[in-house]
Amino acid sequence: MFLRLVFESFRRQRRRKLLAGVAIALGVTVATAMIAVATNIGDKINQELRSYGANLLITPQADTLDVNIGGVDLKPPSDGAFLNEADVLRIKGTFWKNNIVGFAPMLPVRASLGAGAQAESVEVLGTWFAKQLAYDHESFVTGVRTTYPWWKVSGAWPTDQSSDVLLGADLAEKQGRKSGDSVEINGQSRRVTGILTSGGAEDDQVIVPLRLAQQILGRPGAVRRVYVSALTKPEDALALRDPKTMSPALLEKWSCSPYVQSIAYVLQQALPHARVEPIRQVANTEGTVLTRIKGLMLLITLAALLASALAVSAAMATAIFERRSEIGLMKALGAANTTVGFVFFAEAVLLALLGGVAGFFGGSLLAREIGRSIFNSQIGVEPVLFPIILGIATIVTFAGSAVAIFRAMRFDPVYALKADA
Amino acid sequence: MSVSTPTRRSGKHQMFLRMLLRASLVRRGRALSALLAVVVAAAVATAMLNLYVDVQAKLRTEFRKYGANIVVVVKQGQPLPAEALARVQSALAGRGIAVPFAYVVASTSDGSPVVAAGTNLESVRRLDSWWSVSAWPSAPGQALVGSRAAAVVSPKGRPFDLSFQGRTVHLTTAGKLTTGAAEDSRVYLPLFEFTAWTGIQPSSIEIAANGSAVQVTTILQQIAAAVPQAEVRPVRQIMEAEGRVLGKTRSTLLAAAALIILTAALCVLATLTAWVLDRRRDFAIMKALGASERLISGFFAAEAASIGALGALLGYAIGIGAAAWIGRINFQASISPRLSVLPSVLLGSIVVALLSATLPMALLRRVQPATILRGE
Repeated sequence: MFLRLVFESFRRQRRRKLLAGVAIALGVTVATAMIAVATNIGDKINQELRSYGANLLITPQADTLDVNIGGVDLKPPSDGAFLNEADVLRIKGTFWKNNIVGFAPMLPVRASLGAGAQAESVEVLGTWFAKQLAYDHESFVTGVRTTYPWWKVSGAWPTDQSSDVLLGADLAEKQGRKSGDSVEINGQSRRVTGILTSGGAEDDQVIVPLRLAQQILGRPGAVRRVYVSALTKPEDALALRDPKTMSPALLEKWSCSPYVQSIAYVLQQALPHARVEPIRQVANTEGTVLTRIKGLMLLITLAALLASALAVSAAMATAIFERRSEIGLMKALGAANTTVGFVFFAEAVLLALLGGVAGFFGGSLLAREIGRSIFNSQIGVEPVLFPIILGIATIVTFAGSAVAIFRAMRFDPVYALKADA
Repeated sequence: MSVSTPTRRSGKHQMFLRMLLRASLVRRGRALSALLAVVVAAAVATAMLNLYVDVQAKLRTEFRKYGANIVVVVKQGQPLPAEALARVQSALAGRGIAVPFAYVVASTSDGSPVVAAGTNLESVRRLDSWWSVSAWPSAPGQALVGSRAAAVVSPKGRPFDLSFQGRTVHLTTAGKLTTGAAEDSRVYLPLFEFTAWTGIQPSSIEIAANGSAVQVTTILQQIAAAVPQAEVRPVRQIMEAEGRVLGKTRSTLLAAAALIILTAALCVLATLTAWVLDRRRDFAIMKALGASERLISGFFAAEAASIGALGALLGYAIGIGAAAWIGRINFQASISPRLSVLPSVLLGSIVVALLSATLPMALLRRVQPATILRGE
């Protein structure tokens, strides 16, 4: 009888049930989409913040002091220690390899630019542009085009295998060169594929493939420093503690969180004779910006949950209020208050489940659409969310109907049937 | 006839007002729940719009912690004019911080080179908030020593000498500086001590200019006009990343605001529609007593509009409070109430309320009053 009541109610009042179900589905859609966006926004903004450039710097441990003013290296290029280019690849073998967005080795050398009497000593920077690499059967592309997305090249980027070069914009202007010209570097003619504008010291330099700079220096495989761009977690109190003084449990938690410090620690262990340090300008500020945006989205998600909860309860309250006479009839025929309550609660739960499932899929679609149009990347909805969302939908529908159901139970059937209440 | 018309009209108005008022007073419960729905929707909309407008400014102040977004450097072969800093300051007119930097390559007592820099340490502290410094210099003769430079100039933390072109200065370490970048290999002195020692003037000025991309570009042009002898250029890295992150955050916020406002509006629509449908008996009685359709429509519309307006005003106040609360706990800064949001919230609420009254009216109009009164 109970089942039949619920079933018939769905069969006969299709329009009303549809309205309430649509309200629940819409509420759940918004809630799902917002939760998905809020849980993903950290990663997405982190990805965008990577355009600030590298947040980790690897230098040789035995290096002499940098003598660098305004980005120009004044130290003799052969002075000091070097890293081994082959070792750099080990970055991709560490625990945090998936958090490493890109890395670029750098080797600044000095060379003469131009021929004969006009020759001028300039800084030549060897690096990877977009080098195709493989580590552990996994191939990837990395270099300055990943770590320095704000570098603008008019013309074309040289390939890493070639001996072509990029000219800094200021240097090109001074020398009256443009892309397509050829320049003499240490007496060798090289093709200029493009003019680089970086807004920094590189505007006064010649950027060449790493191998060419090593040739000029006469040290194959040498690298002066490596810039690493990694996705990190904002710093908190734990991040700043010294790993040497931590208890084993705490150390495990620390090293399993992608703090910039713990990534530096892991890289340090992977690269012998290297010194890995967070670049505080990027690493610290990134943390504060990320925390703010995440906090904002969390609060907004709460607002969205509140709004959808209200919408669902409003729809349910209305749906039940309209059925006063039905309740009156049930009570007049001798149904106990609890029975009436059960029938209505069962209906509410059924509606919540149906609406919740529809809303979850709608929300996943919406989140994906938001991800595609704003971030140009996927926003996936964790399957774990499914039971949670259904649970929330049921609780909200339940709570939203509760007041209306209790009020309906207290109606005197006489008034309810006279439609006078 | 001509005398009685005004009184009759005013009597009609009185009756209309009385019906409006009594309708909401007599069945307080239903009217209150309708009002509540409007209040919540208006509050959520106000908070979201307010945040949307203000969040940019709030995030920009966070982005300024990245340091300088404009640098002034010497042009080839031309030193910065002596009054460059004063000119930059006056062009900036309080819209940011400008910090001069002077550098030389000095040598330690055992002859190894180290970069010494002179700057305004007070301003650097504000410009480069990421500098991790154990203690800032407070007395003359104290220097800020980079963490890598410390190992070269004074490995045991003892006072040390630096010399430049035959002139030697005796310094003590006030504190250590860690940034993870080039600063770690330098020794920083207050600018006047640096100039007194080396005779070298600042070669660059780093500027953190506040404001939107357009405002920063304007500041940049004004500074370029003020010091034509120098090269003024934007720090592309900082400007570009800021623009990207701000743009994405804004779009996300906009999408979220649209979704939330839509949900809230639907909630109002559902509640108000039910409220009007629930009163079909009033509608039937008015019709049976001979009220014209226009009068009845006007009555319900006026009722809906007043609930919309009242709800919008209450919701606006609550929404402002919510936005201020979010600003305090997330940005540690107040979000100022925006009056410009009020008209759109007010208008939106009234339109949604009117819409929710019109839909059921159209349904009811087709029904005979007798059918409704018989309760079918």
